[in-house]
Amino acid sequence: MAPILRSTSLLALFVCHISLFFCFFVSNLPISSGSEDSYTITGRVRIPASTVIGHAAKFSNIKVILNGGQNVTFLRPDGYFTFHKVPAGTHLIEVYAMGYFFSPVRVDVSARHHGKVQATLTETRRSLTELVLEPLRPEQYYEMREPFNVMAIAKSPMGLMVGFMVVVVFLMPKLMENIDPEEMKSAQEQMRSQGVPSLTSLLPASR
Amino acid sequence: MAIRVFLVLVLFLSSAIVSFSLYEDQAGLADWHQRYIGKVKHAVFHTQKTGRKRVIVSTEENVVASLDLRHGEIFWRHVLGTKDAIDGVGIALGKYVITLSSEGSTLRAWNLPDGQMVWETALHSAHHSKSLLSVPINLKVDKDYPITVFGGGYLHAVSALDGEVLWEKDFTAEGFEVQRVLQPLGSTVIYVLGFVNLSEAVVYQIDSKIGEVVAQKSMVFPGGFSGEISSVSSDKVVVLDSKKSILVTIGFIDGDISFQKTPVSDLVENSGNAEILSPLLSNMLAVKVNKRTIFVKVGGEGKLEVVDSLSDETAMSDSLPVADDQEAFASVHHEGSKIHLMVKLVNELDNVLLRETIQMDQHRGRVHKVFMNNYVRTDRSNGFRALIVMEDHSLLLLQQGAIVWSREEGLASVTDVTTAELPVEKDGVSVAKVEHTLFEWLKGHVLKLKGSLLLASPEDVVAIQELRVKSSGKNKLTRDHNGFRKLILALTRAGKLFALHTGDGRIVWSMLLKSQACERPNGISLYQWQVPHHHAMDKNPSVLVVGRCGSDSSAPGVLSFVDVYTGKEITSSDIGHSVVQVLPLPFTDSTEQRLHLIADTVGHVHLYPKTSEALSIFQREFQNIYWYTVGADDGIIRGHVMKSSCSGETADEYCFTTRELWTVVFPSESEKIISTLTRKPNEVVHTQAKVNTDQDLLYKYVSRNLLFVATVSPKGAGEIGSVTPEESSLVVYLIDTITGRILHRLSHQGCQGPVHAVFSENWVVYHYFNLRAHKYEVTVVEIYDQSRAENKNVWKLILGKHNLTAPITSYSRPEVFTKSQSYFFAQSVKTIAVTSTAKGITSKQLLIGTIGDQILALDKRFVDPRRTLNPSQAEKEEGIIPLTDSLPIIPQSYVTHSHRVEGLKGIVTAPSKLESTTHVFAYGVDLFYTRLAPSKTYDSLTDDFSYALLLITIVALVAAIYITWALSEKKELSEKWR
Repeated sequence: MAPILRSTSLLALFVCHISLFFCFFVSNLPISSGSEDSYTITGRVRIPASTVIGHAAKFSNIKVILNGGQNVTFLRPDGYFTFHKVPAGTHLIEVYAMGYFFSPVRVDVSARHHGKVQATLTETRRSLTELVLEPLRPEQYYEMREPFNVMAIAKSPMGLMVGFMVVVVFLMPKLMENIDPEEMKSAQEQMRSQGVPSLTSLLPASR
Repeated sequence: MAIRVFLVLVLFLSSAIVSFSLYEDQAGLADWHQRYIGKVKHAVFHTQKTGRKRVIVSTEENVVASLDLRHGEIFWRHVLGTKDAIDGVGIALGKYVITLSSEGSTLRAWNLPDGQMVWETALHSAHHSKSLLSVPINLKVDKDYPITVFGGGYLHAVSALDGEVLWEKDFTAEGFEVQRVLQPLGSTVIYVLGFVNLSEAVVYQIDSKIGEVVAQKSMVFPGGFSGEISSVSSDKVVVLDSKKSILVTIGFIDGDISFQKTPVSDLVENSGNAEILSPLLSNMLAVKVNKRTIFVKVGGEGKLEVVDSLSDETAMSDSLPVADDQEAFASVHHEGSKIHLMVKLVNELDNVLLRETIQMDQHRGRVHKVFMNNYVRTDRSNGFRALIVMEDHSLLLLQQGAIVWSREEGLASVTDVTTAELPVEKDGVSVAKVEHTLFEWLKGHVLKLKGSLLLASPEDVVAIQELRVKSSGKNKLTRDHNGFRKLILALTRAGKLFALHTGDGRIVWSMLLKSQACERPNGISLYQWQVPHHHAMDKNPSVLVVGRCGSDSSAPGVLSFVDVYTGKEITSSDIGHSVVQVLPLPFTDSTEQRLHLIADTVGHVHLYPKTSEALSIFQREFQNIYWYTVGADDGIIRGHVMKSSCSGETADEYCFTTRELWTVVFPSESEKIISTLTRKPNEVVHTQAKVNTDQDLLYKYVSRNLLFVATVSPKGAGEIGSVTPEESSLVVYLIDTITGRILHRLSHQGCQGPVHAVFSENWVVYHYFNLRAHKYEVTVVEIYDQSRAENKNVWKLILGKHNLTAPITSYSRPEVFTKSQSYFFAQSVKTIAVTSTAKGITSKQLLIGTIGDQILALDKRFVDPRRTLNPSQAEKEEGIIPLTDSLPIIPQSYVTHSHRVEGLKGIVTAPSKLESTTHVFAYGVDLFYTRLAPSKTYDSLTDDFSYALLLITIVALVAAIYITWALSEKKELSEKWR
């Protein structure tokens, strides 16, 4: 391990969002006796304004979870969150907000670089220059009802039934009309001459 | 034949990807969600004249919540992390709720009206210590008094406005334990009182502005302290000495320490050990001695004087200032089925301000905690309300001699769940009238039609919802032929058994577990004791409730047998032994009582029920009973068999000794057991055969004796982020529990726990963390029987040259082969369950409880080892989904839709009588129930089936027939005239 860090105290890193670059602070807190080197991860959750209704109300129900439940924290009104006393290593941050899907974030807290934080979205493998988490997509928990649609009705079994009936009722007579009357007559004759098909007519021996 | 038709149907239906999905207006139709908070630890009232009256509570489930004082509803609540136990709550500046948690290292402020977190401060902490929070009562709103927090060996002053630490003072000196931090009202001096090695009292006087020690005094007390302490005023505390027989008053006026000893025997005759009770009363002390509560007045010079004495079963609140420098406190005691609430002045105990008697349900047990609040009535007199916490964890508000509201908070800590049938509908049972007239019926259906055609106005939607709930008759207390109405039996940690109706989640009955041996047995587990079906039909079904006197596993157990229909306890017994494991045996006696074995800590097993009939059944199967124990600490799994009857002084013919049959020892330096799992014993498997696409036959290895074990390397047993991928590996085993044979071993390098698994039929699905990819992974393992794989040839089957009828024995070495596949999964998981249906025909869905406290239904076909990148046409037809590297999360397949089951702990599934449908019950801090149809309801019409449309179509058809008939008559007539 880096020998410098043995002597240093709690080193805090803040991702300064407003100025859009990293800045480092060595906090002046006293040395915590007996505890390992621990760092602070600060980040921000931002939900695009276009997809949100009632911004503040939603914020109060967002949870930020470190390492699958090791730490749970909440968002401040400005969307910032902080995990304190995080040891150096590779961590996982997940954001849970109803109505949104956030990718889990792989966060590397470097011991060598005084707790420098590197963040990568694990779903898209996109690395973040700053720890600003945005939803990958909004989530809709309900199926949307299809608006009233004539085609949908027509395609349903009931509609098909009605359609078939319409065909039978209106088109069949038309078809019958198109047949040549002579042909029709001959066909009818033929049918009459054959009479009722009986067993005897089917058996060749009786002929 | 019918089954075959079913199968065809299932295959047909499963060819399309079915996801659980719901329209918004269907929410709440088959599901319900109940919100709880847990057993209240602290309560702070916020009852200003303007605005809504509320009470802020923190609970043992790490919940901080704001409740409506009028109705008991939750305004807002937050469930903190599992390791973030709340130590104190307060209201600062009249607008922020302050919580201190994580042993005094995290201080948070929440906005009082909406619960939005305002600030969060991590406080320095060095070691475990008491954590104390003191939020100053604001006299002037504009002035920001700092919050003083003691925790982790440091005293902090924190600004209530923004959470900034103003100063902190180190008290981590060796052996020094801070006991009290006191600040006289309006003073700038903070007294910190502590003990060094429990023999020396030290008082620090600190300037609250800058945090500097102004003065320090210490004094050795030769007798030593026991650590029990009560502060009676801002400059005086009372402590018990190490023998718990002398009360020591420590006064520290202006930093000068003075001791004043008063033996308890001077106050009460024949006194035993004394105990200082927690309520804070001004200039008064409540001491429990000789099973009575005595009130000791603390005089100006530390003189103690007994002023009152009450029976033991009294709960008290802290004292509260009422008008004219008077302080009052509330006490509640029991008398039969009634409780008496009294509010007395601290200075004049004879002056009872309020005396109320309230009828109380016996099944709530005793009063545990009382929180009192006063208000000024219109006639300027003082009114009081009391919030009480009962033994069953329920929360009640008492006001004006009545229970204003109550909350069943016991349900926030459910430990075990089972389901039970409702009674059969008999002639006497009246059936609720559902539909009144044909017109109303038609109107309802027209409304529904409008809803499904999206023509309904918002009012119509509400009407449809109401109508649906009403018309389904789902809340009746009788069995229905679909098996949708059932009872969910939930056992809580407080030892209370609740029966909830699946229709609307109401409590049908509840019963508090009782024991002669101890005051408050804890609830552990629930078993089906008697499920009458063939004979003994006239008997009511019953469940076995297993409890324990105390939290230690060696504590004596308590058994209770409860009638499911009535909720009455049939019998209960204090069994003399401990309960480590309960094994339901696959045998029942003539009254359908299931035989159970209970293993204790000394290695004996005890047979229940204790009847000679049960004993004779058991003796017959004596050689065939095997079970196993998992020693997670030493990494050994042991298999046991019965040996003989117990001998010795407490010989009882229902007690048996056992011997070890096999052991599986995991090397402790490289593997640590983190998870074990077996199949559900009551699971139904429809078929053993599985037909492949190429008309090949596979035989599932369906054994009830399979144990899934997951181990990780000891380094990887910690949290994510504590190990590198090289240091951690995860190994899973499938072990036969009869012979101890390891049937399968699979190792995942660079992976770690926690492992959440589900075991059903012949497959296991487990969820773990892959450190290399830094993502969660899900792996499926399917086990197939190799020995039967030869039985494919039709001729062999016809000529009888197969081994299908050969008996299966668990002793033989099974030839198995496995198939497995892994996928990424984008979320942490709390628990996994699988749907179960009556006959096991319907395809299965995994129910994944995510860390966001939602439940995701994932079709089993997504975790099928046969998935390939490019499935052939035949495979596609069979419904094999092309392989993807991660499992999809489809928002519409969250069965909890827009709800969260906060603090999710477990998911229970139970089949309904309708093959397509399964009951799902999830519990945690919240409860959630829904009915699922994993392959859609192929065996019944859906709820939104439009009978009206059908009717209209039929009417229209009949009309058309008549019209055309009339027309053709007419036409024929005119034809004949021609």
